Amino acid sequence: MDLYAENILDHYKNPHNKGKLENATASFADSNPLCGDKIEMSVRINDKGIIEDIGFLGEGCAISQASASLLTDEVMGKSVDEANGITNEKIYELLGVPLTTNRVKCALLSLVTLKKALALTKL
Amino acid sequence: MFNSKIIQKDFPILQNMLNGKRLVYLDNASTTQKPQVVIDAISGYYSTLNSNIHRGVHTLSERATDAYENTRTKVAQFIHAEESSEIIFTRGATEAINLVASSWGETNVNEGDVIIVTALEHHSNLVPWQQLVKRKKAELRIIPITDDGFLDLNNLDTLLSGSVKLLAITQMSNVLGVQTPIKLLVQKAQEIGAKVLVDAAQGMAHLGLNVKELNIDFAAFSSHKMFGPTGVGVLWARKDILEAMPPYQFGGDMVKEVFPFEATWNDVPWKFEAGTPNISGVVAFGAAIEYLESFSFADIQEHDQKLYAYARTQLREFPKLKLLGPEDPAKAGGAVSFVVDGVHPHDIGSILNDSGVAVRTGHHCAQPLMQRLQVQATVRASFSIYNDEDDVDALIGALKNVYEIFKI
Repeated sequence: MDLYAENILDHYKNPHNKGKLENATASFADSNPLCGDKIEMSVRINDKGIIEDIGFLGEGCAISQASASLLTDEVMGKSVDEANGITNEKIYELLGVPLTTNRVKCALLSLVTLKKALALTKL
Repeated sequence: MFNSKIIQKDFPILQNMLNGKRLVYLDNASTTQKPQVVIDAISGYYSTLNSNIHRGVHTLSERATDAYENTRTKVAQFIHAEESSEIIFTRGATEAINLVASSWGETNVNEGDVIIVTALEHHSNLVPWQQLVKRKKAELRIIPITDDGFLDLNNLDTLLSGSVKLLAITQMSNVLGVQTPIKLLVQKAQEIGAKVLVDAAQGMAHLGLNVKELNIDFAAFSSHKMFGPTGVGVLWARKDILEAMPPYQFGGDMVKEVFPFEATWNDVPWKFEAGTPNISGVVAFGAAIEYLESFSFADIQEHDQKLYAYARTQLREFPKLKLLGPEDPAKAGGAVSFVVDGVHPHDIGSILNDSGVAVRTGHHCAQPLMQRLQVQATVRASFSIYNDEDDVDALIGALKNVYEIFKI
């Protein structure tokens, strides 16, 4: 029951930064083959390497979508290096609920997708 | 008619508490639980018979070989095959279908030929054919379905035009429980000289399979969906077809004579069983078949249909819940799939689990079917002989928690 804490349901029902940036510098879409969760991250990075704006599109369970919402809040205004330094543990901390093995993939999909989008930016 | 409460006693796992709750196991379409007789057969094999088969002259090897081959005979009788040499043991239905796609497909499918599947297929009876037609520049066609999951046969004659070599069709949808009209499709296939493969993985524990009566050419199924161990499956094919097929894998036991630069092949079925197989699994699969044979399929279907109707009647009471699959329980059975608007199936599955209710959530290895039904995933409750109305009531009770948590 702990999994569906108030903050998870809030972010699931009213996600922050939902949408695709029109003037993104990079975007990447990924999915979780186990569940079919989907996340697309789009970022706009300025010439100082700061994430000026970020948006996500997605479908999936409350954990995957709340994680994306929380993560976009977390990295907004931060540098690419700071965002790349975000660990899995940080995501668990942001979610603040106990995750079973099978739900870890749902929780981490947004971070994996964000890092892939950031990697494209460097190219 | 059987009593599910008494059957439950045959299955040790159903006696256990899980997370402090009675286990309500409604994920039987993924894999069934195992009765004590099957568990005993595995440990009995390792305690009294363990040795390699087909090669030793010592007593244990003879006994292990007999036990292994005895299951082959049981399987042949169970599906009404002409002879036991038509039974090939594989790792599962997936490997059985891959065997046909690789071996038979390689020699019989050419550029421009057509293979037909249905929109209901599990990935195991779709992806091997996608790959084969790519290799061969052949064509894959898909028999569409109606909104409630029946095969839509309106354009069947158009689909069957051209050089159709094979219809590979599921006997029963693992998502919707829908049965397919195999007899009709066999008749149509025979008119144009096409072969028919039946994926019986899902249907076997619910409907059985009579390969002779259906007059099909290939059948694939898995032990673990019919109370047997995982890692064992069967390919059945008509003897003349098997004899003409090249080997699938190469190595020990599948050869007759080996020289430094060439080899000749063992007889069917051993030609297709390279290496040491899952001997304990096959032996225990024999025990599973004996167990399943102690029930009548008419009773099992009556039981399935009763639970199907009972579950759907109660689920229909929930707002924003959409039931998938046919209304008529006579045309389905075994599995009820649904979605709830605004709640992802995985979240439903997690909350049901808190009440001890195990269901499958996701795409059920049938992503094209999800696309056709315009859902990302579903919640699926699937039944077996040991489930009863109490299990459905537990599902319904736990589903109410989902509505409370998500404030629907």
